[in-house]
Amino acid sequence: MIEFRSVTKRFPDGTVAVADFDMVMPSRKITVLVGSSGSGKTTILRMINRMVDPTSGSVEIDGQSVRELEPVRLRRSIGYVMQNSGLLPHRKVVDNIATVPLLRGEKRATARDRALELMDTVGLDRSLADRYPAQLSGGQQQRVGVARGLAVDPNILLMDEPFGAVDPLVRAELQQELLHLQKGLDKTVVFVTHDIDEAFLLGDKVVIFKTGGVVAQVGAPTEILSNPADEFVASFVGADRGKRALHIERTSAGEVVVDGDGRAAGVMVPEAGGGA
Amino acid sequence: MTWLFANGDEVWQLTLSHIALSIAPIVLGFLISIPVGWVANRYRASRGTLLSVSGILYAIPSLPLFFMLPSLLGTTILDPLNVSFGLTIYALALMVRTTADALDSVSTDVTFNATAVGFSALRRFWSVELPLAGPVLLAGLRVVSVSTVSLVTVGSLLGVPSLGFLFIDGYQRYNPPEIIVGIVVTVVIALVFDALIVLAGRALMPWNRGADVSRARRAAARAVSAS
Repeated sequence: MIEFRSVTKRFPDGTVAVADFDMVMPSRKITVLVGSSGSGKTTILRMINRMVDPTSGSVEIDGQSVRELEPVRLRRSIGYVMQNSGLLPHRKVVDNIATVPLLRGEKRATARDRALELMDTVGLDRSLADRYPAQLSGGQQQRVGVARGLAVDPNILLMDEPFGAVDPLVRAELQQELLHLQKGLDKTVVFVTHDIDEAFLLGDKVVIFKTGGVVAQVGAPTEILSNPADEFVASFVGADRGKRALHIERTSAGEVVVDGDGRAAGVMVPEAGGGA
Repeated sequence: MTWLFANGDEVWQLTLSHIALSIAPIVLGFLISIPVGWVANRYRASRGTLLSVSGILYAIPSLPLFFMLPSLLGTTILDPLNVSFGLTIYALALMVRTTADALDSVSTDVTFNATAVGFSALRRFWSVELPLAGPVLLAGLRVVSVSTVSLVTVGSLLGVPSLGFLFIDGYQRYNPPEIIVGIVVTVVIALVFDALIVLAGRALMPWNRGADVSRARRAAARAVSAS
């Protein structure tokens, strides 16, 4: 469990990125921080592995303040996946995945074997092991990034817009695989995105930010959609328009569910496994 | 050619001593530039001063420097150390700026990410920043190498043997073939050094080969689209 207690971050230039932030990010769940740029979501993520230290307040992992932990050791115990994968361009795929185990002093052969297993886990062909990152597609690079994040089998996985730079088709595929992986791995995931669809798809708990690190609403996707806290949230999640504002139209052929643009979105069916 | 065949042994001896005099300044200039360049890049306030001072070093005329060094170093006037030391100063003058720029050229995304996954500052420098600065360092080292090989000839004016002796001797005796041999062999040494550095770069930076090709291709594409 990751807990933020009245955390504020003021940068030297006076910008307040995060203001008096309280939050519990539950263990073995995916917490998604979503908001437009400048909402402080990335700053919050970076306070967990001490890439940023709060101006006031505390961040705790399982009851221990991260301030008491040595940053380099702390970072080696937390998986980190970022946009554009952040891979080391001068290391082969397999060495990139093995980076952190090697930093922790693991034997080269063991780390390499484990890296190859992780390539299977994230759906990368082992024949790519000896390529350099620049020789891979964007989607493949992100998979390597995820594999590297998992290499030390961390309890916590931080993901900073990991799928932001890949095309929509590959993104959808990576999102599904992350959900599939999470079922088997049960990591405490903190995921940052500006894409509300991605947030609702992946998040057990979704935190919506306004600018300046102010929380607009926290809850499960269903709670937020069914009961937006205010107009900002309603408009941000698109509950008032487009493909989220659904209504039933009765036609001569029967009932059809139609979205805000008037396009047929589906039909009403009895709940699977339910009914009389 | 007749002159060369008659004096082959002497030319060979001068070539060997020319090579010996060139190596130390190139290697030392490169090695010393790394900590200095690191400081210039890491502490922005020091950058201007360090780069100006190292740049000014290059403006010192070589001949007076060679004559001054014995009194500064306590060496004799004929000691080859004077030449090596003087040329190391010139190598540094060229290399410090390049090293600072090379380290600056490393993507901040990559260094940030290396820190975020748990590289300590020292480890990050040796295994991330320095190798990624490699291509720019290599370019600087090639300039230093050529410049050093050519400057070694000046040492002959002090009586330190190198191919420069052939220029002086050939001029004094009005013997053009001797001068031409001196120039050609100096250029050959410079080319061989350059080739060795490029080969070493390829061996040490295997990830860079593809990038070189794609960069060259992009440059070519720009040239084509501009015309």
